Amino acid sequence: MPACSIETPAGFGGLFRRKTTMYLGETAGLTLGKATRDAFGETLCELGGKRPEIVTVDADVGNSTRTEPFALEHPGRAFNVGIAESNMVSIAGGLAACGKIPVVASFACFLLDNAFDQIRMSVAFPEMNVKLVGSHAGISIGEDGPSQMGIEDVALACSLPGVTVVVPSDAACTAAATRAVIEHQGPTYLRVGRGKVADIYTDGIEFELGKAITLRDGGHATIIANGLMVAGALDAAATLAEEGHDVRVLDMHTVKPVDEAAVAAAARETGAIVVAEEHLHHGGLGSVVAQTAAALAPVPMEFVDVGDVYAESGDPAGLLEKYGLTSERIVEAVRRVVGRK
Amino acid sequence: MPKALNLAELKAKANEIRKLIIRITTEAGSGHPTSSLSATDVVTALYFGGFMKYDPANPKDPGRDRFILSKGHACPVLYSAMAEAGYFSVDDIMTLRKLGSPWEGHPNMKRLPGIEASTGSLGQGLSIGIGHALAGRMDNAGYHVYVMLGDGESGEGQVWEAFAAADKYKLGNLTAIIDRNGYQQTGATEDVLDLGDLAGKINSFGWHVQTIDGNQMEEVVDALGAARDVKDQPTAIVANTRKGYGILPVLETTGDLNFHGKPLPEDLAEKALAHLSG
Ligand SMILES: Cc1ncc(C[n+]2csc(CCOP(=O)(O)OP(=O)(O)O)c2C)c(N)n1
Ligand SMILES: [Mg+2]
Repeated sequence: MPACSIETPAGFGGLFRRKTTMYLGETAGLTLGKATRDAFGETLCELGGKRPEIVTVDADVGNSTRTEPFALEHPGRAFNVGIAESNMVSIAGGLAACGKIPVVASFACFLLDNAFDQIRMSVAFPEMNVKLVGSHAGISIGEDGPSQMGIEDVALACSLPGVTVVVPSDAACTAAATRAVIEHQGPTYLRVGRGKVADIYTDGIEFELGKAITLRDGGHATIIANGLMVAGALDAAATLAEEGHDVRVLDMHTVKPVDEAAVAAAARETGAIVVAEEHLHHGGLGSVVAQTAAALAPVPMEFVDVGDVYAESGDPAGLLEKYGLTSERIVEAVRRVVGRK
Repeated sequence: MPKALNLAELKAKANEIRKLIIRITTEAGSGHPTSSLSATDVVTALYFGGFMKYDPANPKDPGRDRFILSKGHACPVLYSAMAEAGYFSVDDIMTLRKLGSPWEGHPNMKRLPGIEASTGSLGQGLSIGIGHALAGRMDNAGYHVYVMLGDGESGEGQVWEAFAAADKYKLGNLTAIIDRNGYQQTGATEDVLDLGDLAGKINSFGWHVQTIDGNQMEEVVDALGAARDVKDQPTAIVANTRKGYGILPVLETTGDLNFHGKPLPEDLAEKALAHLSG
């Protein structure tokens, strides 16, 4: 096995353990692939061999965030500072000031929420070339419960001037996004998840930061999604297609800067937008798309997200169902929004 | 590396810098002169005592020594020292805090060459310094990193995260100077959050610690020299200072020996300048 290879064991975390529950992307005929954190960790480890400026700064969760293979390959370039997220982020700011490319990873909630002021002052304001990576994002982490769920991270990251925010949907998208944020000069936030997700880009991916990917075209409405909800959007589109309605599906992997042209075109050409994301209602992709559409081409919109609540412990599939992050909810939202055209 | 001044010259330089601090904050109508005055002797020694290697004409030189003012509100002392060192002019820093001026109320590295970190949210500078020190070690760059913190600032948990991490990595190229002036914003540190045996605490984190009178140039110079000679562990200097040192008789007339975060009114500024000239 190559040094950088990581594989979350089948059934680990139980995201799709419940055989009775379909996984997001199943209706669309997608097969389960790697967890996005695994794809991130592998790609980081590979890039580490090519880019000597890359260093990691961790806070005792490198085996969870998947920076560990990099750290094992490059021990002199990996700094585990203990459970001290504030320190971790500011150290990365100093390393970046000296020309390093620090990759700073923790659970999304601990990184963004615990060290937000350090991200503001040690990274965003001085425009440091720091690569923030939040793993275990969303409610689909499951049993560990709400204290470990990063569901306000995208809003926090997007609030910071100059920070590029990326929420990839599958393993291939994550690998491409990891390369892109390392290439990008400036602070970035990359959000990855814990459990296995459906493979969307089995035939390769053309990835560009800030450029939405059109996965399906149609004029009935547009579903704009990111993260694991892209697979749900494809399910919904498949269901609606059987009813004779073609919907456009956009993978809006970059939340900031959002692809304004793609949002405006979706609004003008399809007349209705549904946004689907694994994040709180306020401040995430839904807010960003709504602001964009409101300014450029206002159309009826609906939102499928976690809402304005904290979730709970439970199996991931059950949680996604209970908190409304399903393909069915997206289908319902499309029906509602088309009715408002 | 600028030529090292002798003790008498250093004291005179510190006096000039103190005058600039008073002038630019009174001109600005706001700012933190007393927080700057307590730190003046240490900052003067760093820039003019032959400790820091730097070149105002090449502020991004990868081999330069770094000074990070973690207690960023004391930037009048930094701007004044850097003006004296030739990074910019006295006229420049007279624009302190004015709209359009890069000499902002707290240091902004994006706008000023030679500023190593954008500070102002207390607690982060030592961690940033660790980043510089780790990078310097990786690159065999040979530079030394100096970070100045406030004593009130040491209430921030992140400062102690940083003390612990610097010990883990045995950063002999890192020196923290704590401006132990005994006051923070709302009163004496002992009343707001008692630091207890600060030197002992830092020492227990694995640091080499010296405690000095940070307003006596002889002691400052000796301590910085000793810190530079310690190669296998990070070094701290607990600099016992007086907030507003240099103009204490003038401050005494106000009944406020903290005099935190406000400039001297014109009449007091004149008295202070006269006192410093006398
Ligand atoms: C994180 C943070 N909290 C609060 C403040 C507001 N503030 C500015 S200066 C100061 C007191 C600092 O005291 P100390 O570190 O002892 O510095 P001194 O002014 O005494 O040199 C405070 C509370 C701040 N700048 N940053
Ligand atoms: Mg103080």
